[in-house]
Amino acid sequence: MNRFDYVRAGTVAEAVQAFAGAPDARFIAGGTNLVDLMKYDVERPGRLVDITRLPLTGIEERDGGLRLGALATNADVAYDARVRERYPLLANAILAGASAQLRNAASTGGNLLQRTRCYYFYDTATPCNKREPGSGCPAIGGVSRIHAIFGTSEHCIATHPSDMCVALAALEAVVQVAGPAGERSIPFAEFHRLPGDAPERDTNLAPGEIVVAVDLPARDFGQNVTYLKLRDRLSYAFALVSVAAALELDGGTIRTARLALGGVAHKPWRNARAEALLVGKPAERASFQAAADLVVAEAKPQAGNAFKVELARRAIVRGLEQAAAGTPQSITDKRIQ
Amino acid sequence: MLIESGSPVAADNRIGISLTINGQQRELQVAPWTTLLDLLRERLDLTGTKKGCDHGQCGACTVLVNGTRVNSCLTLAVMKDGAEITTVEGLAGLANDGAGSNGLHPIQAAFIEHDAFQCGYCTPGQLCSSVGLMNEGHAKSRDEIREAMSGNICRCGAYTNIVDAIEDVMQGEAR
Ligand SMILES: Cc1cc2nc3c(=O)[nH]c(=O)nc-3n(C[C@H](O)[C@H](O)[C@H](O)COP(=O)(O)OP(=O)(O)OC[C@H]3O[C@@H](n4cnc5c(N)ncnc54)[C@H](O)[C@@H]3O)c2cc1C
Ligand code: SF4
Ligand code: FES
Ligand code: FES
Repeated sequence: MNRFDYVRAGTVAEAVQAFAGAPDARFIAGGTNLVDLMKYDVERPGRLVDITRLPLTGIEERDGGLRLGALATNADVAYDARVRERYPLLANAILAGASAQLRNAASTGGNLLQRTRCYYFYDTATPCNKREPGSGCPAIGGVSRIHAIFGTSEHCIATHPSDMCVALAALEAVVQVAGPAGERSIPFAEFHRLPGDAPERDTNLAPGEIVVAVDLPARDFGQNVTYLKLRDRLSYAFALVSVAAALELDGGTIRTARLALGGVAHKPWRNARAEALLVGKPAERASFQAAADLVVAEAKPQAGNAFKVELARRAIVRGLEQAAAGTPQSITDKRIQ
Repeated sequence: MLIESGSPVAADNRIGISLTINGQQRELQVAPWTTLLDLLRERLDLTGTKKGCDHGQCGACTVLVNGTRVNSCLTLAVMKDGAEITTVEGLAGLANDGAGSNGLHPIQAAFIEHDAFQCGYCTPGQLCSSVGLMNEGHAKSRDEIREAMSGNICRCGAYTNIVDAIEDVMQGEAR
């Protein structure tokens, strides 16, 4: 690990202030991603701003929904009685990720800002446009098993590894941030970016901006949700493909559909046309297959991850079936019903 | 030295922190890049806590911070100023009667009873993780215990017996 200055912020204003004049500063919350990357010399911050003492740990009622403080831990959120009752999609997505120890430390804000698990990004002996802009992308044409099949660019094919964010995308959460230029709200779909020609930027946060909260809208989809995560082992592994599905039904007819995919793109992947296609259709397999076909038609896989296209297609169908039946995927019994 | 909230402590300075480790309060000067794991092992000679991967991937370094299980390898010691840390060396002291029977925490006795280890390298982490799991109180069924213990890898594959040991202690506490 490199040497760095340490600042313990007591207020959001102090945290933002501590960035001024220190462009290589980083906020640190749970540290489960940042400390890991610092050990690999991928991150070499000149200053760490410890935000764990900020009063942002709460989970509060707000406008019929919930406001998750940026420092509420992943465990706090997943086991909050209101989240479990009203947003089982979010609780299950969080519990599908990492391990109990990591979820106890990991924060809501840090989960949003965790970086890709691309092997080349982690290996400072190789080029990587995300780590070192302009150096190249060895994943293209290289080992690409865990990489993206949607929204890639010629500069980067990395995925965003979060499970929680896939559920937040489906729920259309809103991210509240504060920074040198004041406070603003960012709709979840606009928070993370596609790589384009600037893969070094994962999100649309400006330098020095800090996430203070994530708001869950009142609309919660009840039990007609699922988080289906497919991976190389049944626990403590990142998603190869995951699906967050949420439906509102009128009898057997779909009134609203939300579908977000994880493990397949630089951000939680949604397809507005596929969601629109489902509206007014009967909640049955034929409708789900049509939507899944539409989503995967846009896939541009690499040689190493072509299997994800069929995996995604089937996961979408199964996820929508689980949501329609009101039987969310169990996080302990891994059999896929 | 106390850190004034909001003002930077330069990289060449050590920072004064206070930790209660296994019931004993310690005033320590640490460099900000010292992990809790390295502090325990290298400075305080509490070598029960193990370093497996040093990257959050194995759970061998699991300790309790204010009763909550975390990976000490990804925890900067300076950030835990004021916290209570329990390592495997301190588990017996958590037992109701001060040191349990044979001076062991019930989970330690159950690991012996159920043969829940072979080489023992993962065991301190498994033990602290088990106590954290019971403090959390979410896992009840066998499947739930398995899932909640997935953050502790055992290269010897003692998993079945580890779950037996945890179930045993949980049932004993429910009785
Ligand atoms: C072995 C392992 C397995 C894992 N498996 C999974 C998995 O299966 N699924 C999954 O979803 N995740 C997984 N994770 C990732 C884990 O969820 C993240 O590391 C965690 O959510 C990051 O949160 P943190 O608070 O620890 O962030 P930190 O490490 O403290 O910070 C991460 C980044 O966020 C920035 N940051 C933190 N808080 C804020 C804020 N409030 N405002 C602005 N910037 C901020 C930091 O500057 C840093 O750049 C795994 C991690 C490990 C180590
Ligand atoms: S996919 Fe992105 S993160 Fe991975 S090597 Fe290419 S540029 Fe770097
Ligand atoms: S040493 Fe900390 S998780 Fe492996
Ligand atoms: S007993 Fe050997 S690694 Fe678990």
